[in-house]
Amino acid sequence: MSTPELPPRGRMDRRTALKWILTATASLPLLDRAALAATAPAAKAAVGYGTDPDLLKTYKPGDVWALTFTDDQRRTAVTLCDVIIPADAKSPAASTVGVPDFIDEWISAPYPGHDRDRVMILEGLAWLEAEAQKRFGNEFTSLVAGQRRAICDDICFVPTAKAEFKKAAQFFTRFRDLTAGGFYSTPEGWKDLGYVGNVAIETFEGPTPAALKHLGLA
Amino acid sequence: MPLITASKTQPSYDVIVVGSGAAGGQTAYTLVMEGVKVLMLEAGRNYDPVKETPMFQTNAQAPLRGTSTPDKPFGFYDSTVDGGWQVPGEPYTSASSDPTRQFWWWRARMLGGRTNHWGRISLRNGPYDFKPYSRDGLGFDWPLGYDDVAPYYDKVEMLIGVYGANNGLENTPDSPEGCLLPPPKPRAGELLAQHRAKKLGLPVVAIHRAVLSVKQDAATIPAKLHPKNPTAQRILAQSMRERAACFWATDCGRGCSTRANYQSSTVHLPPALATGNLDILPNSLVREVTMDENGKATGVICVDRITGEERTLKARVVVLAASSAESVRILLNSKSPRHPNGVANSSGLVGKYIMDTVGARLAGQIPALENMPVHNEDGAGGNHVYVPWWLYKEQLAGKLGFARGYHIEFGSGRRMPGMGATAGVADLTNGSYGRQFKEDARRYYGSFMSFAGRGEMIPNDDSFCDLDPVVKDKWGIPVLRFHWKWSDHETKQAAHMQQTFAALISEMGGKPNKVNATGAEAIEPGGKIIHEVGGTIMGTDPKKSVTNQWCQTWDVKNLFVTDGGPFVSNADKNPTLTIMALAWRAGDYLLAEMKKGNL
Repeated sequence: MSTPELPPRGRMDRRTALKWILTATASLPLLDRAALAATAPAAKAAVGYGTDPDLLKTYKPGDVWALTFTDDQRRTAVTLCDVIIPADAKSPAASTVGVPDFIDEWISAPYPGHDRDRVMILEGLAWLEAEAQKRFGNEFTSLVAGQRRAICDDICFVPTAKAEFKKAAQFFTRFRDLTAGGFYSTPEGWKDLGYVGNVAIETFEGPTPAALKHLGLA
Repeated sequence: MPLITASKTQPSYDVIVVGSGAAGGQTAYTLVMEGVKVLMLEAGRNYDPVKETPMFQTNAQAPLRGTSTPDKPFGFYDSTVDGGWQVPGEPYTSASSDPTRQFWWWRARMLGGRTNHWGRISLRNGPYDFKPYSRDGLGFDWPLGYDDVAPYYDKVEMLIGVYGANNGLENTPDSPEGCLLPPPKPRAGELLAQHRAKKLGLPVVAIHRAVLSVKQDAATIPAKLHPKNPTAQRILAQSMRERAACFWATDCGRGCSTRANYQSSTVHLPPALATGNLDILPNSLVREVTMDENGKATGVICVDRITGEERTLKARVVVLAASSAESVRILLNSKSPRHPNGVANSSGLVGKYIMDTVGARLAGQIPALENMPVHNEDGAGGNHVYVPWWLYKEQLAGKLGFARGYHIEFGSGRRMPGMGATAGVADLTNGSYGRQFKEDARRYYGSFMSFAGRGEMIPNDDSFCDLDPVVKDKWGIPVLRFHWKWSDHETKQAAHMQQTFAALISEMGGKPNKVNATGAEAIEPGGKIIHEVGGTIMGTDPKKSVTNQWCQTWDVKNLFVTDGGPFVSNADKNPTLTIMALAWRAGDYLLAEMKKGNL
């Protein structure tokens, strides 16, 4: 199970309590209160799926809240997804199983933390395009593989990234997390990793003889 | 599930049970099987796990790949409805702004309450756990002992279905023949831990969980549970036959549409309803217990959570089973000139001595689990093994620096990949991406293990709840204000947990994550383990306790509290099984008192 992250509220006066009730948000503690006050009047703030969503329905990005990417942003995101998870013998590329749409859903979500990701991802995609122009005079999507790799090698790991690339490396790290998470949670990703569960079986036999041997416990 | 609407309630009932979870479910079951007419009030909506459980839904079908949000704090597919650390419109407050003194209160607003979501770990308290004061001079003794509760543990295990094994370990009771179902085989990581933990002296044994590893014995159990009651036997046998055995897939926290695990809404309530003696009124939030001039309870006043309408309902006996803190809130809100401090509170102890479980965790990466040959490790949707507390003698000799024990729960395996499937891989590979990343993901998938300690907290004077003098919920009902403080016994225990986990991960050839510098940093916030108990403690002295050993309040003889409230200690053993055992025992007492004309 995922780890819950919201603490209870601290001491609260009546006015704050009333505001909390009116905004009907359970997320007050993580939000900066001043920021909440500033954003509260926004008339059409997106809302989440609520505390009693239909769990049996299949959801697609855009079903619950509006998406963010412009065509240009989407194009860059598609390319970067496939730089991170390209097709190989075992599984397809990330963009072919809906990962860019998932990332768009993620950065558009009206929940705490997602707004930070939205800023980071959109700024990062813009940086990537600017960097592609600066180094190679072309769009990121139109670069050849070696050119993309030249940029990505500079930003793929925060601890070793040069100072001027630290921020871009933070973006890349987050984008890789989202791409990998989005990809490996699909049936194609499961197959790639060798996840063979989520099926009803008659008996649970524990590790196979091959697995026991692998552990040295055969 | 056939439930009633407000217009169909009877003018009066034998018993009103407030709450439909482990305590309410068991209490109502015990009573209606013996012909008592019961009205059950549930604050949340009707919920039918058979129709509503997302059994095989995948994270890719959920918003945000099923990750947790404030709307669904344990993930999209967690069964909890209208609940979590906050319930919209129903706040609670903290007396302190100090982050170490917060209490997190998990609630669910749904039929079956928190039993829909829980981990199903069902451990018996041992003999020491009922007499902790006698053993080490801390906390309180219970007014009953293991032998008083053991027959009810037997009955609850047989009723709900618990897998496990008898290991003959100290203060870790064995169950009589016929109580437990066979435990599932350990998974790869669990086996490896079992093998390597021997060097450290840690016993890794089958855990007990309320999951049907095989179908229940519907031919013999009903007669054992309801001797001389053919109607009850027939109804229970039918319900048992309708429950399927586990099919070894899907997380139990989603609930179970085949009724293979225990949730009140699939195990207690269907047979209880089949007796025809139970009415269930959902969306009914109880505000207060009503009293007559003779000091007897006459019923309750509740608020309809949909319409806001107030309703008075009457019964000969009222049983609060609303969760320990919510029951405290109802008692404290039952204020009147005759009861200025609330009902059943002549001791002034209502709300005092609330407890949670001590929690700390540590994860690590285990190279021996890398590149594991493909196999299905879903299993029973939760732990197959655990480590019961093993240092009783060292602790009693004062060698550990903290007074009470903990058990260890495992997180391992090639679990359904979601957003965290490749967490840590980039760090282990200096930021790989592309084809290399895909290779690395295959290598590391399933090679991480986490260990969680679940330990005993000693009740203290600084951990209690009262009514907030200002804040009210959306119906104008005063809300709870929590006061919380861990003692050194708990923080030192949390530090010991992490050190043990680090040693175990190292012994498995793995690399543990960083251990917190202090136990105070390692320990989870109060309430976060969702083992909230205490607040209406039982005892032998009306001045020093709220209820007697039968969960009957000293002040109001036709008022009972059968949830975790009467707990006077909170052993490392997860409380739900004990809640049910004590609720059944209280129900038997209530029946006997009714027959005698005392209620």
